[in-house]
Amino acid sequence: MIQNIAAEVLASHQAGPEVFLLKLRAPAIAKVAQPGQFVHIRCGETMDPLLRRPLSIHDVGAGGELFLLYQVKGRGTAWLAGRQVGDKVDILGPIGRGFTLPAKKRVALVAGGLGIVPLLFLARRALEAGNVVDFFYGAQDKERLYRLETLEAMAINLFVATDDGSTGFHGPVTELWKEHLREKTYDLSYACGPRAGLAAFARLAARYGIPAEVSLEERMACGFGACRGCVTALLDAQGKIYYENVCTGGPVFDAASVYWGD
Amino acid sequence: MEQGIKKAKANLAVKIAGLSLKNPVMPASGTFGFGEEYAPFIDLNRLGAIVVKTITLKPLIGNPPPRLMETPCGLLNSIGLQNPGLDVFLREKLPYLRQLSPPLIVNIAGKTIDEYAELAERLSAAEGVAALEVNISCPNVREGGIVFGTVPAMAARVTAAVKSHTHLPVIVKLTPNVTDITEIARAVEDAGADALSLINTVRGMAIDIKTRRPALASIVGGLSGPAVKPIALYAVWQVAQVVKIPLIGMGGITSAQDAVEFLLAGATAVAVGTASLVNPKALVEIIDGLERYLLEEGFGDVKELIGAAQF
Repeated sequence: MIQNIAAEVLASHQAGPEVFLLKLRAPAIAKVAQPGQFVHIRCGETMDPLLRRPLSIHDVGAGGELFLLYQVKGRGTAWLAGRQVGDKVDILGPIGRGFTLPAKKRVALVAGGLGIVPLLFLARRALEAGNVVDFFYGAQDKERLYRLETLEAMAINLFVATDDGSTGFHGPVTELWKEHLREKTYDLSYACGPRAGLAAFARLAARYGIPAEVSLEERMACGFGACRGCVTALLDAQGKIYYENVCTGGPVFDAASVYWGD
Repeated sequence: MEQGIKKAKANLAVKIAGLSLKNPVMPASGTFGFGEEYAPFIDLNRLGAIVVKTITLKPLIGNPPPRLMETPCGLLNSIGLQNPGLDVFLREKLPYLRQLSPPLIVNIAGKTIDEYAELAERLSAAEGVAALEVNISCPNVREGGIVFGTVPAMAARVTAAVKSHTHLPVIVKLTPNVTDITEIARAVEDAGADALSLINTVRGMAIDIKTRRPALASIVGGLSGPAVKPIALYAVWQVAQVVKIPLIGMGGITSAQDAVEFLLAGATAVAVGTASLVNPKALVEIIDGLERYLLEEGFGDVKELIGAAQF
């Protein structure tokens, strides 16, 4: 059940260029949230900006804390970045279909840029369920590899890539994953990041026969399935396009069912 | 009740097109799904009526994404009437809606006049439908919708066709994208409409300056939200001067104050759309706020507000 609560800001700090980490007290949501689900946040007290902002759940704390990692892109997220400790934020959540949680498998998580947001939470839960986690994380440059210390402290096999070669593999993270696919096999794979990267990930997963899930983004209005605004194109069993809500049908989809436009 | 003692309650009930509503506040079609989406947030039985998303004869997959763009105090959309079609509606959505106490208003759209007539006939035969709202004003579909809503003779023909295929009250939803909305309103009234809904969304567009492409895949969309409220209010006031049938006012209503403005301009009821997408509790907050306003201002009955603005 989706909750609508006023969550108290426990902490907020800058985690990178234009990227902020927000910690909220939201036990009703944090206790039931699954990796891949999101919350829908009212960014202001007036009707301008109008719509809520959907943010993937980045992590949860044992005390009912909810962590959100987001980039300031416009007036809504700028408002959010201005919240102080003790302020209340109107949120709806948890919303949507999250990742299929693996158990005792070998899994690959592939994050591009802010795709780290839901995958850090997935990595934590995947480890708890006894999986072997290979985590591939790519960004423009090393300044944009967020939460690296947290990832390094986790019992995952971490492999990083940067577009400019400032650290790790020089090139797209999907190319880095491809290198590993030549000698490793995975039971399941998961990705979040820019759409072009997700399409490349989906192609690789299909080529190596690995079940794959992707977390998608679309402009969203209600967030709970009423408006049909945030749809993405999927393919049915006959290969015909249909539109599914990202908010309630996703945001996580089977990569093979997504119409990538090619 | 003894004289001199202030009534603790105000009467919120209104009648529209033969329907008895316990209050004049209902959702606007297209923003309320099939009702169940709002069940986690509000008691649906508190609403004056339930208005569901447009139903077409055959399923519609809708327009490609992106379908939404936020604008200052507004929302541009080009959903394209995505819906599962009449058969699925009757089989899978109506049983849930039928259990709710508010009258159910089903919004319909056809590609042809015959399709409107068939929808009217089949929905009239279904148990639990209280009224039809005829969508002749959706800006986001090529066939049907707005094509019928901009020419008075066409609007009248659709209305007459629906009327002759149903015993249910017929509410016709009008577009503001015309030179003179009163002309369309009069034509529809003459053709037998029992009430009018106004307004549907206002045509608009937005361009992304980074990609230098339209923000919506369909280029043009319908604008809703607080940005359109003055346009909607003006349309209600204009139409109230020229027709006798009741009006359901809608367009940018986000608060009880907004709802009161529409009633004062001549609407008998109001519908809330975009505000519910932002705040899923908006409808009940507006009902509560309306009651508070009546008590604070010393009105015993919401009907005292209808068309009561002094000009």
